[in-house]
Amino acid sequence: MTIENNTEEEQAPMTAFAATRAQAAEWLERKGSGEWTAADQTVLDAWLGQSWMNATAFWRLEAAWTRADRLGALRKPASNKAMNRPWSIPALFKIAVGIAVVAVAGAGTLEFYSSSRIKTYATPVGGRELLTLADGSQIELNTDTVLRVATGTANREVWLDKGEAFFEIRHDAAHPFVVNTGAQRVVDLGTKFTARRNGGLTEVSLLEGRAKIETAGPMAHSAILSPGDVAVATATHVSVSAKSTQDLADRLGWQRGMLVFRHTPLAEAAENFNRYNIRKIVIAGAGVGQLTINGTFPTNATDLFSRAARDAFGLHVEVRQGKTIISR
Amino acid sequence: MAATAPELKAWFVREVLPLEAALLQFLRRSWRNPADLDDLCQEVYARACEAAHQKLPVPAKPFIFAIARNLIIDHVRHENVVSIEAVADPDALSTSVEAPSQERSVMAREELHVLQAAIDKLPERCRQAVLMQKVEGLTRREIALRMAISEKTVKRHLADGMCALADALYGANGNPRQPK
Repeated sequence: MTIENNTEEEQAPMTAFAATRAQAAEWLERKGSGEWTAADQTVLDAWLGQSWMNATAFWRLEAAWTRADRLGALRKPASNKAMNRPWSIPALFKIAVGIAVVAVAGAGTLEFYSSSRIKTYATPVGGRELLTLADGSQIELNTDTVLRVATGTANREVWLDKGEAFFEIRHDAAHPFVVNTGAQRVVDLGTKFTARRNGGLTEVSLLEGRAKIETAGPMAHSAILSPGDVAVATATHVSVSAKSTQDLADRLGWQRGMLVFRHTPLAEAAENFNRYNIRKIVIAGAGVGQLTINGTFPTNATDLFSRAARDAFGLHVEVRQGKTIISR
Repeated sequence: MAATAPELKAWFVREVLPLEAALLQFLRRSWRNPADLDDLCQEVYARACEAAHQKLPVPAKPFIFAIARNLIIDHVRHENVVSIEAVADPDALSTSVEAPSQERSVMAREELHVLQAAIDKLPERCRQAVLMQKVEGLTRREIALRMAISEKTVKRHLADGMCALADALYGANGNPRQPK
């Protein structure tokens, strides 16, 4: 490594770092400003490629800034007036740890009781909620999700009836954590993973640790998952494929309220938006759904997405009967 | 096999950044001008990535401290100011650095506590802007409207917030930075 920035050291020792950092912060702020284009990304990539100083300064800020996204987990979806009230994380913590068995951080989750031993949590379309279990395990529910949690027993067991959730499970060899997903179950050996139900399929992506997925029924089929594995299970079969770290991170974009597309067909991207929004996107016309896009969008940015599709491909966008229709 | 850019970045964030507080402490003991610490730290990062992109070193900690030590020695030789004995032995440091694996499994609740402490240290207006973006998901323009300030000022608040959060989250542990 040649140290190209050393020349400035004599007159002003702080300059090199402070200047690089200021530039990095400016890039990062612009990137999150909601007006980020592919051209901007190209220029940023070039800047990052210029020196390791640039790259590391940017990564460092970005990592800290991304960690701060966790604050978003405390969002109260029902209220736009949050800033008029004094900000208080401790108050939310009290809710999160105060209830003996299962606690909910955030007020957006509908909670109701189907029996004394099972609690049900549900998020609306576009909602997202973080649960903290008594053992310290955390479960983050994505949009349009229903999860039941067994309480008051030594067994750690939940039922994902619908939607998607991210699990960060405290390891306890004596009490494996079980996620039931209808025709399958996931037995966790102390890990981080997501489970999503999509029609009859269950998709499990493992980030850390180990887990076993098995189909129910007499002809049980099972697979042990390692980090990076994505399992797709039907009622009778499990298939596992290894994905890149990047791909897994993209799939978890929703935790930051983001959808990440890389060479994603328009139809699939629209389907993803439709999970999070009441106003659905309809792709009409031959071949339109097969156009591919790259980009990162807030999950609620239906308009931004349709504008991007319009501008990139010269498509026609109109809102009709509560739907956004994208066509030639 | 050479690491790809995303792999290198993931390694840097996961393995190297958590060492920052200890690294700063080491540099502070080895280098007499505290005003240079940020630059030195940044230089260690740059050298580390330059070397690591060929092959990601496991474990990261001895690798990073070896680089820091060499960097200090290079500077000492170059400037011929500080005696070579001034270089602290990284192995002799009693710093207890949490293993990155433990760092990674920090529970989300603790993470929120750490974040809260960092957020609390931001200047009032800066904090408001950061929370509006991170908690409410507002855009720069919306924050400007809400706070009745220019977009340019919001930009500055957010950029300041990023820098302060990074220092608080990675460089903290009772190692205050030089005031800028």
